[in-house]
Amino acid sequence: MKAPKSLAIPYAVWVLIFTVVPLGLVVGFAMTDQDGSLTLENIFAMSEYMSVLFRSILFAIIATVICLLIAFPASYIISRASAINQSTLVVLLMVPMWINFLLRTYAWMTLLEQNGLINRLLGLIGLGPYNLINNSGAVILGMVYNYLPFMILPLYSVMVKIDQSIIEAAQDLGSNKLRLVRKVILPLSMPGISTGVIAVFVPSVSTFIISRMLGGGTNDLIGDIIEMQFSGNSYNPHLGSAMALVLMIIVLFMMSLFNQFGSEEDVIL
Amino acid sequence: MENTIISLRNAVVEYDGEQILKNISLDIIDKQFVTLLGPSGCGKTTTLRIIGGFAEMASGELLFNGVSIKNLPPHKRQVNTVFQKYALFPHLNIYENIAFGLRIQKLPEDEIRERVGEMLELVNMRGYEKRSIHSLSGGQQQRIAIARALVNRPKVLLLDEPLGALDLKLRKDMQIELKRMQQDLEITFIYVTHDQEEALTMSDTVVVMRDGMIQQIGTPQDIYNEPINAFVADFIGESNIIDGIMRRDFLVEFAGKEFVCVDKGFGKDELVDVVIRPEDIKVVPQQEGAIVGVVQDVIFKGVHYEMTVDALGYNWIIHSTRSEEPGSIIGMNVTPEDIHIMHKSEDE
Ligand SMILES: Nc1ncnc2c1ncn2[C@@H]1O[C@H](COP(=O)(O)OP(=O)(O)O)[C@@H](O)[C@H]1O
Ligand SMILES: [Mg+2]
Repeated sequence: MKAPKSLAIPYAVWVLIFTVVPLGLVVGFAMTDQDGSLTLENIFAMSEYMSVLFRSILFAIIATVICLLIAFPASYIISRASAINQSTLVVLLMVPMWINFLLRTYAWMTLLEQNGLINRLLGLIGLGPYNLINNSGAVILGMVYNYLPFMILPLYSVMVKIDQSIIEAAQDLGSNKLRLVRKVILPLSMPGISTGVIAVFVPSVSTFIISRMLGGGTNDLIGDIIEMQFSGNSYNPHLGSAMALVLMIIVLFMMSLFNQFGSEEDVIL
Repeated sequence: MENTIISLRNAVVEYDGEQILKNISLDIIDKQFVTLLGPSGCGKTTTLRIIGGFAEMASGELLFNGVSIKNLPPHKRQVNTVFQKYALFPHLNIYENIAFGLRIQKLPEDEIRERVGEMLELVNMRGYEKRSIHSLSGGQQQRIAIARALVNRPKVLLLDEPLGALDLKLRKDMQIELKRMQQDLEITFIYVTHDQEEALTMSDTVVVMRDGMIQQIGTPQDIYNEPINAFVADFIGESNIIDGIMRRDFLVEFAGKEFVCVDKGFGKDELVDVVIRPEDIKVVPQQEGAIVGVVQDVIFKGVHYEMTVDALGYNWIIHSTRSEEPGSIIGMNVTPEDIHIMHKSEDE
């Protein structure tokens, strides 16, 4: 039985209004100058910001890898817990996400500041104060903290589907813990890993709030620069659109590269 | 030469404070086909999991060739398991599923290819190497699961109701094949089932379990002909179980009459279970019968008829090659050798 095609119209309209049109606008702005004539100038102007772009990608990769390293064992442990413990742990994981993103990041500011909670506690035992904020580490910490659940949830949801008897079969056939992970759990978790990597990398590479609040102005990311083109003194939506477009293309390219690698991995293992 | 390969001593397993296995002791003879038989929930799988290393004992000992292995993790034990739900690796093709254990042992590629080939031959699945496990039927998946375990040449193979999901015809064929493999490869099989017929046809030794306890260990003949109590008698084939009183040695009273029997050594007037197999009751004309009853019901079972006969307050089950009309009155006789007297089980 086929549903009538007309049922798809609302969705088509939705996609048109909120995806196709904005995308078209971005491309349009990126390819034109103030007078509305076609130009590639905006794209070439990006070269000035190559180091920022590079830093954004680097930070996002580091944050994604750290998230993966934390989320993989954490998700596995959750997926093997009893049903009741599983739901408790998943809820605990979600609770911070119910708090406003800005508030969460502000909280880290008050923790990391020169006279913040951590330094004051360290002071009590005669240590510090340390520079915990306004550096690249703090920015990456902010990314990991904010986006970790995006890695854990997809990983957990594929891992929980791995039947315990498959794990036992691997052990029965001689796998120690390391081999069990490499030959069974990792390959079976690949779909969750690729979803999680995209879900962490994309918001990390384009964030501007985290770097602004925890980076102290010396660790601007491409997101900050783009944001300035739309709301700052250097108002220039044409350049901003060009940057957004280039960023999007780079992200798409990296994702397709990653997916390629991911599917090859399945065959090798 | 009989040589004990696995020995379970006073095994106790508890879950949530409840005893699942209550002090089980069991010696498995090398190269035998041993079956754990009992109703669902009696602890068969748990017993197997202790041997495989997947369940822990609260107390007890597990010896392999006389050496304790109870603290050895599963991957270091010389046993392999065929799991109830097959548990094949979904991300690997059939060849790689079977090769899994050999790759872990880091055997050379030539040897792996040869041994996987041998196994595919053994389970009649040559030519399926490249297929995905999703393309296989239940029976074929079961064969691959068996091949994947046997390729490692374990000393002992554990099988947890491996044929449970197969239809009757396929199950019968696989029973014969499994028995043949066990004999050809000279490997000890510990086989779990709740199907008494399966247990009787395949096993060298049957271990009958109930509620986390072993009821009886013996050859299929022993278990069938000399069941130790009414539970075993009833579980192994159908039985008539009647309350009786042991009047003295060789004389038992049941259904209001006294019968000569071959059992002795019971207390005087001890309450006992009297067990009579349906095929051991002979149908005779009314006036020649020790017991007289009315036929209630007749079912054709292929080789024999199964009749239910109401007599002296019991419904007797009789297997006979001749059928009687429902409603007719018949006589029934039992020879003394076919009357089995058993102590009452404690918890009844
Ligand atoms: N992991 C477990 N947690 C709690 N109870 C269990 C667990 N495994 C088995 N049991 C209980 O132990 C009893 C025996 O189970 P099992 O060994 O699987 O029986 P069988 O294989 O004979 O059907 C059952 O009552 C079952 O509910
Ligand atoms: Mg079971």
